Amino acid sequence: MTKKLFMFEKPLGMRDTLPFLYEIKKRVRQAMVREIETWGYELIETPTLEYYETVGAASAIDDHQLFKLLDQQGHTLVLRPDMTAPIARLAASRLYQDGNPLRLAYNANVFRAQQREGGRPAEFEQIGVECIGDGTVAADAEVISVMIAALKQTGLRNFTVAIGHIGYVNALFLEILGNEERASVLRRFLYEKNYVGYREHVKSLPLSSIDQKRLLQLLHLRGNDKTMENARELVHSEEGKRAVDELCELASALQLYGVDGAVKIDMSLVSHMSYYAGILFEVYAEHVGFPIGNGGRYDELLEKFSRKAPATGFGVRVDRLIEALGESEAEAAIECIVFSQERFAEALELARTKRREGKRVVLQHILGIRDIDAYSKKYQPITYLLGSGGKEE
Amino acid sequence: MLTIAMPKGRIFAEALELLQKAGYTLPAEFAESRKLMMEVPEENMRFILAKPMDVVTYVEHGVADLGIAGKDVMMEEERDVYELLDLKISKCHLAVAGLPNGRMPQIAPRVATKYPNIASSYFREQGEQVEIIRLNGSIELAPLIGLADRIVDIVSTGRTLKENGLVELEKIADVTSRLIVNPVSYRIKDEEVDVLVCRLSEVIPQ
Repeated sequence: MTKKLFMFEKPLGMRDTLPFLYEIKKRVRQAMVREIETWGYELIETPTLEYYETVGAASAIDDHQLFKLLDQQGHTLVLRPDMTAPIARLAASRLYQDGNPLRLAYNANVFRAQQREGGRPAEFEQIGVECIGDGTVAADAEVISVMIAALKQTGLRNFTVAIGHIGYVNALFLEILGNEERASVLRRFLYEKNYVGYREHVKSLPLSSIDQKRLLQLLHLRGNDKTMENARELVHSEEGKRAVDELCELASALQLYGVDGAVKIDMSLVSHMSYYAGILFEVYAEHVGFPIGNGGRYDELLEKFSRKAPATGFGVRVDRLIEALGESEAEAAIECIVFSQERFAEALELARTKRREGKRVVLQHILGIRDIDAYSKKYQPITYLLGSGGKEE
Repeated sequence: MLTIAMPKGRIFAEALELLQKAGYTLPAEFAESRKLMMEVPEENMRFILAKPMDVVTYVEHGVADLGIAGKDVMMEEERDVYELLDLKISKCHLAVAGLPNGRMPQIAPRVATKYPNIASSYFREQGEQVEIIRLNGSIELAPLIGLADRIVDIVSTGRTLKENGLVELEKIADVTSRLIVNPVSYRIKDEEVDVLVCRLSEVIPQ
């Protein structure tokens, strides 16, 4: 009984990709990868399994979302939950030796255990880049621009990239609150998107009404053209001003790249509690309720692998991107040649010719088909080479 | 166009009143109709009616841009949505209740609730190990019939507790309704959302 019960089942959150979806995925992947390669990024692959203690711990993904298992020696392994940590490991150990900028790209499946609503994918494909060893704002601008260019290549329209700067948030919190401990309490409210809690907490703090107002003002630093101006007025510290300068520099670079139309500044964006160190961003598309991609500067990650280096990158979730693109005509036509034994040589020759032209051709023996009507519906066009005599269609 | 998920039942009337106070023209038949989806073209808005527990789900998935949900639901469900405003309506609180003088037993203490996550994290924080029993309604029945020693539920006037001979023992948290927003809508429809937030915050009772 039990065997039968699970015969067609897959582990929670795991999915099959059928031909129709595979075609769409392939097209999206090719469009993105081709664009990324033209910017000089080099694709790499890393293992599916990594050590929990190193890559697992360094990853930005919460511990409870990791798939863990033991190897034969009893070490804890994880199915890679993202590609950034493995690439940081690889860069630190092998590639990033002379300290010069390194441009790497990937398309790979990552694994995240799901807690809720069993249908959500626990394995999904990510496409992204990492630019390692370059601390300039120019690198941030390039990463955001290559992402936008790659998304446009897939045919995606109507998407928005929200850009923030965690250095700004930290500087503002630190100059008003005095220490990191208090700052992190407040940062958590932003991370959890709990603005009500944020306001209540600010009002409960023993601060001057001016400082309280400054903290509350942070929630409104988004959207309009005056955001940067207002942001600059709000901070007094060097770090805070520098963060605003960086964002201004970024904005003018993005303008030159011609992608500023898709971008919105949001100073209150906090996409992770501790992972990002500077400019960070999230991508949203219409009709998809979740971000389709995100990224930012993670200058501290490589240090976890004993090699200090600035780095920035993005990752796009292919499954959500496809959802945003919606249904399309998709399926590339496949031709079919149905033959009987007598005319096999002729059929084979025809198939070879068509294949050489780059067409997709199925060569099928007539006796192998059960239901010719159903079968012929699957292919277009279909050629019959049957019997001993002349050709028939 | 903005789609707003409204909670059926207790919160609905107050939420409607607040929206009207903020100057939104809403269809008169809204309160009585059995329709689950209603468009208000003149405001460029669409309303859907959902169970209070489900409002957060609609908003998290982005089929509704905004929603009105109780803090109790937010605490129980922990969904990835923006909690933008405390609307200060439908005030009540989450509490632990039980029979008067009813001692928590040493052996197998049980707690019945509609809020298993809130209840289990509350008792864990207290360092008590309890078994949580999930019920969908009439929670007050559980201690009376001997299913559980305590209940965790929302209390507004305390009348239901009283009429069933139960007393409130500990308060867990205050609850009011919140305006919640899907993270993508918050960014893509930022101007529309900001206008709504602005208009609502002007009429929130203090």
